[in-house]
Amino acid sequence: MAERKEATVDEPVRLTTLDMARFVADGYLRFDAVVPDELNRGVLEELSALLGRRSDDPGPFQPRSGTPLADCYPADSALRRVYELPVVAGAIRSLAGENPLFDHHAIHFNPAGSPRVQDLHCDAAIDSGDPTFDIQLFYFPRDVGEGEGGTRFVPGSHIRNIHENSVARYQHFAGEQFFSGPAGTILIFHQGMWHAGQANPSDKHRWMFKLRLNPTEPQVRLWDTSDYDEVTTGPWDHMFATTGEGRTVAAILRKMHPWSFDGEYRIETMERVRLWRYLSGDADFDVDWYRTRIEGRAGLLDGADA
Amino acid sequence: MSVERQQVLQLYTTNSSFASHVVAWAFHDGSDGCGPGIPDRGDASPYISGLDALRDGWRLIQMSQLLPPRSGDEHKVSYLPFEFVLERIVEIPEALPPNFEDNRGVH
Repeated sequence: MAERKEATVDEPVRLTTLDMARFVADGYLRFDAVVPDELNRGVLEELSALLGRRSDDPGPFQPRSGTPLADCYPADSALRRVYELPVVAGAIRSLAGENPLFDHHAIHFNPAGSPRVQDLHCDAAIDSGDPTFDIQLFYFPRDVGEGEGGTRFVPGSHIRNIHENSVARYQHFAGEQFFSGPAGTILIFHQGMWHAGQANPSDKHRWMFKLRLNPTEPQVRLWDTSDYDEVTTGPWDHMFATTGEGRTVAAILRKMHPWSFDGEYRIETMERVRLWRYLSGDADFDVDWYRTRIEGRAGLLDGADA
Repeated sequence: MSVERQQVLQLYTTNSSFASHVVAWAFHDGSDGCGPGIPDRGDASPYISGLDALRDGWRLIQMSQLLPPRSGDEHKVSYLPFEFVLERIVEIPEALPPNFEDNRGVH
């Protein structure tokens, strides 16, 4: 995470421009142990009580889709306090705005020794082709050790338009990750992230609470933009010419994931640029001139359809 | 008495060349573990390239076609485009009962 401005107590700590660029390049952000132990314990009690209830069983922890996040969980509940933590609330607002709506949540409980494993998938059906997106918070209220079967996910896969578990045939990816980390860690995924729950070979129960949120306003410059000008370069920023290396949005969007390489890397970069143009509101932004050159030539046709 | 079983290996490579690097893979073992496995290279792919797999006794039975993008989809990415399917026929001591165990969960 980049250095943030100091915030007063309880004021949401918004993401920086570079954080946002990392989200666009990787499809996720990670916040280690952001939830204190006391809250983790409280959440585990609440989730234990919820486990086994039908999702359409009305109750204080069973919000309906379309409920504002602020109204989803009781005021004195641990779950509500988790999403009001300044870093968590700031990340949610940076990505999904002031008033995101509850889409659904799910308790992913995999008991010790369980062989249950999901196929690789992304959530929901094929999404629209526009760059708007939902976010999904994967919250781990207990430690997940290395090799204990934490969520498998494929960084960078979020920009690929696929249908749910039609990607199940991909058993292994170079560079894929299996979550492990301390209690209270939250991953925030772009809706398109390919992921799968894993078996639990450990001797302790594993918990993950997933929350999907829908934005209700354009996701344009909702983060802390105080570093924006400093880290933003123009469309001239080209890897074969003058490259703005280091701490720039372009340098981050140029990231090559281990499973990508040369085959489609440049198209992936173009897709990231498309998403960044939406988020930044800068229609001229580009990385490596890929979109700019095509858009420039389009003007040569002068109405003729070649 | 021995019987034959098929093993299937799917390789996804960095470009359309069978000799390019493997970046994703899947292994389906009709011998249920009684035949040879694939090299264990930790988190890295079992074979560096498709050619590397041929040298280990695999036979190529299908490769993905090269299709131009549909109009309007020129700058979209979706499924991995460079797929190679290989097989290996192995002999195992005797027929095993099919393993119907399915641990996949719902989403």
